[in-house]
Amino acid sequence: MSSVTMGLPMTWRRIPERYGLIGSECESCKTKYFPVRKICPKCRRRGKMRDLKFCGRGKVYSYTVIHSPPSGFELETPYTMAIVELEEGPRLTAQIVDSDITDVKIGTLVQMVFRKIQEDGKEGLIHYGFKFSVVK
Amino acid sequence: MVGIVGYGVHIPRYRIKSEEIARIWGDEGGGVKDGLGIMEKSVPGMDEDAATMAVEASRNAVRYCNINPKRINAIFVGSESHPYAVKPTATIVAEAVGATPHLTAADMQFACKAGTTAIQCCMGMCTSGMIEYGLGIGTDVSQGRPGDALEYSAGAGSAAFIIGNDGVVAEIDGTYSYTTDTPDFWRRPGMDFPSHGGRFTGEPAYFKHTVNASKGLMEKLGLKPSDFDYAVFHQPNGKFPIQVAKMLKIEVGKVKQGLLAPLIGNTYSAASLIGLASVLDVAKPGNRILVTSFGSGAGSDSFCITVTDRILERRGKNRNVIQYIGDKEYLDYGMYVKQRRTLKTL
Ligand SMILES: [Zn+2]
Repeated sequence: MSSVTMGLPMTWRRIPERYGLIGSECESCKTKYFPVRKICPKCRRRGKMRDLKFCGRGKVYSYTVIHSPPSGFELETPYTMAIVELEEGPRLTAQIVDSDITDVKIGTLVQMVFRKIQEDGKEGLIHYGFKFSVVK
Repeated sequence: MVGIVGYGVHIPRYRIKSEEIARIWGDEGGGVKDGLGIMEKSVPGMDEDAATMAVEASRNAVRYCNINPKRINAIFVGSESHPYAVKPTATIVAEAVGATPHLTAADMQFACKAGTTAIQCCMGMCTSGMIEYGLGIGTDVSQGRPGDALEYSAGAGSAAFIIGNDGVVAEIDGTYSYTTDTPDFWRRPGMDFPSHGGRFTGEPAYFKHTVNASKGLMEKLGLKPSDFDYAVFHQPNGKFPIQVAKMLKIEVGKVKQGLLAPLIGNTYSAASLIGLASVLDVAKPGNRILVTSFGSGAGSDSFCITVTDRILERRGKNRNVIQYIGDKEYLDYGMYVKQRRTLKTL
């Protein structure tokens, strides 16, 4: 496999999660998880998991402004990465875009937007998925 | 009757003023700017492309009418800036709005009119009973060669329309197209920027096709210019739509609500459709709207649209055009170049 096609199965499997914010809910204890989990850590074998689409709204739990980025993100600096607490409970890490850096505070309301996450060079796949922006 | 069930737009947050572009290329007198009638244009974020904008607009459209996306049985995406040469934008949109897997989907390309053609395809499939709802999209992140007049006008935006027979907020009374082989504007494979015929893009291209499609539609439906409350035309700049209204003897005031090029530039496949969305944001039940797109190469699709009572129930369910236009951040030319990732080409 060439470097261009190496991560394809993983990328493909994660499309529902990345595009639609699909996670899991345990039908036994009602705990919600993002990303998808196959087993509820609380209920173990007694748990029964189902897919759950999160609404895409949440608030900033914590954040940091990136000045020294990983390769591929050099042009985007400075940018904000945040731990977002979804309305339904689970937390995830995402970039905050389309917002003034000074508007991002702990507790700021944010909503999911659909953006390009990364490109595998000029010939490879374009990876899309969720980021968040400050609710206006 | 077939019509618009839902609609939504996306306009990126960033703007650059024509004055700022003029400053770089020594056109302080403002000759190009005044000639185009464009004050500022929209610029996509670094992580935005025709697909991401199509998804945002489509999600707004679904939210607007609150239908189950699984009932969308066809998605057609019109663009001249599809992110892949081979691999459809339409599948990305279908997955992201939750319409997969029981639907048909394809990308379309006809310069700036592929979005209206996508809507025509949805209309035909709804009318024939092949599908329940169709999603037609116009979306573009267009590029102009640095220093070219196109650099002042090439903007970015997206508009999505859900077409169906039930629950329409506006009926589509008819559509008419006018198409010829006219070499006014093109881009060969592998080229970053388009080539165009300069002044040749006006008379034999934009005006001829827009006028003939609009006239053909009025003849077909037995309508006259005064029967329309609003008119929306493709807007490669801020001036052509006004000129074409005069040629068609349509009051210039009827063009204003759908004329956004002065504020966001030419959004290509999305241009006439964002204009239509802007009209639907304010139109009253019973209002009749003329929409005529234009795509280089060349052709025009013209539509007669009548607003229904249902539009009042739905209003406010969505982020409207004015809200998108009002939320903006200005870039200087340096930031603009960084954002467009054109560092290499300069
Ligand atoms: Zn559990």
